[in-house]
Amino acid sequence: MKAAALPPPPHRGSSQALLLLAWLALAGAAALMHALLGRADGVARRQAAQELVQTLQLTDLAWFTEARYTRHLSQADLHTPFQDGPAALEHFPAGALVGPVRPMQDAGFAPAAR
Amino acid sequence: MAGWLARQRYLVDFAVAGLRRQRARHASLLLVYTLLVFVLASVVMLASALRREAAFMLKDTPDVVLQGLRMGRHEMSRAADLERLRGLRGTQAAQGRLWGYLFDSASGANYTLQVPPPGSAPALAVGQTVVGEGVARLRRLSAGAPLFLVSPSGIFLNLKVQAVLPAGTALVSSDLVLLSEADFRRFFQLADDEYTDIVLRVRNPSEVAKVAQKAGIALRQHRVITRDDVRRTYEAVFSWREGLLLALLSGAVLAFAILAFDKASGLSAQERRDIGILKAIGWDTGDILRMKLWEATLIAGTACAAGVLLAYVHVFFFSAPLIEPVLKGWSTLYPRFVLTPEVDGLQLTTLALLCVLPYLAAVVVPVWRAAAADPDAAMR
Repeated sequence: MKAAALPPPPHRGSSQALLLLAWLALAGAAALMHALLGRADGVARRQAAQELVQTLQLTDLAWFTEARYTRHLSQADLHTPFQDGPAALEHFPAGALVGPVRPMQDAGFAPAAR
Repeated sequence: MAGWLARQRYLVDFAVAGLRRQRARHASLLLVYTLLVFVLASVVMLASALRREAAFMLKDTPDVVLQGLRMGRHEMSRAADLERLRGLRGTQAAQGRLWGYLFDSASGANYTLQVPPPGSAPALAVGQTVVGEGVARLRRLSAGAPLFLVSPSGIFLNLKVQAVLPAGTALVSSDLVLLSEADFRRFFQLADDEYTDIVLRVRNPSEVAKVAQKAGIALRQHRVITRDDVRRTYEAVFSWREGLLLALLSGAVLAFAILAFDKASGLSAQERRDIGILKAIGWDTGDILRMKLWEATLIAGTACAAGVLLAYVHVFFFSAPLIEPVLKGWSTLYPRFVLTPEVDGLQLTTLALLCVLPYLAAVVVPVWRAAAADPDAAMR
């Protein structure tokens, strides 16, 4: 018994366009399904990280580990990027990706009592 | 309705035939268009996924952190500072944190050494440690393996790895080396009453700002950082970085816009002649315009869809390796994180409109002008 031959590709331009659209729609649906199915894993992973943050009292992401002020962005004082001297320029690559935080505290000290 | 659909189908047939006639030109345009959408969509998806992860993971950072300062630089806090805060009304608990940085010359990476708070897991005895996945990866560690560290002052630390923190927490723990308080103080030569900083837990979440203010008054030489400050820091980081990356891509976007506009708006002599022939054989201006719009939609729509799908795979299957060098900088230790895939309909719609509409708009005017012109003049 011969295996069923694949149907010939469509000749009409619009049929080919529709076929392409169908493939893209299928890929899009697969991506959507992947996102939906990955949600449970993502929730579990985030929860584990959240528990760790709570337990160890962490404050920052362990992302830019090249310098101490890029490692703990929320804890860094305002002088460390220029640590090598008063006129020294900030030179770590991550410093270019990390913008200044607004509003900035006055000279890094606690706000004055009102 | 059936008649209208059949008409559109015939127009698409003609559009596809037209695309096939200049295959190389349209293929190169499609390739560049797809590449541009891919890069833009990757940046947007990555930044958006990271923002979501950070927002979720950092939801439970300490209510208030107080950091000692001298001449604007960090200084250690003392047990006496801690005692002054314990009496503050509204404070449920005040605790000194012990954490610090170590440059490990063996791996060329910066680690964060930290002591887990008393009473919390993991409980570590002297000589024991728990490390993050990045440290384990760099130093090839697993449970039971030894970890040797040397401090800048020459103090040697011999630790045994009890466990490696879960890979799923890498974004917050990749460079962590957890150790006992006794080991930490000995390693960094800290007195018994010294702490890196102080964290406060506030009973009533709506009183955090007030407690932070009172803590700042109680400890004048300390800088006060609330959970909101931490959240704002990362919101600013992601917005800035996403904007910076997109700004860096603006050169490529502009180059593509010029290319696309040039191709779409500057009809070649052959295209003008084709339009003239169509007019001469009875096509009306509206049908010519529809046919050309279908042609442009096929290119722009395919490029947009393919670019976004490739970006999704790039970010959520492979963790964006093409963008990683930009983010990694000089970091030797970079977390291996997996992002939770999410499809943001609004973002995709915005991207699609920004990618497709300008191209369609660039096609309409020159085609209309050519279609409205005298067919005899166009054919010559």
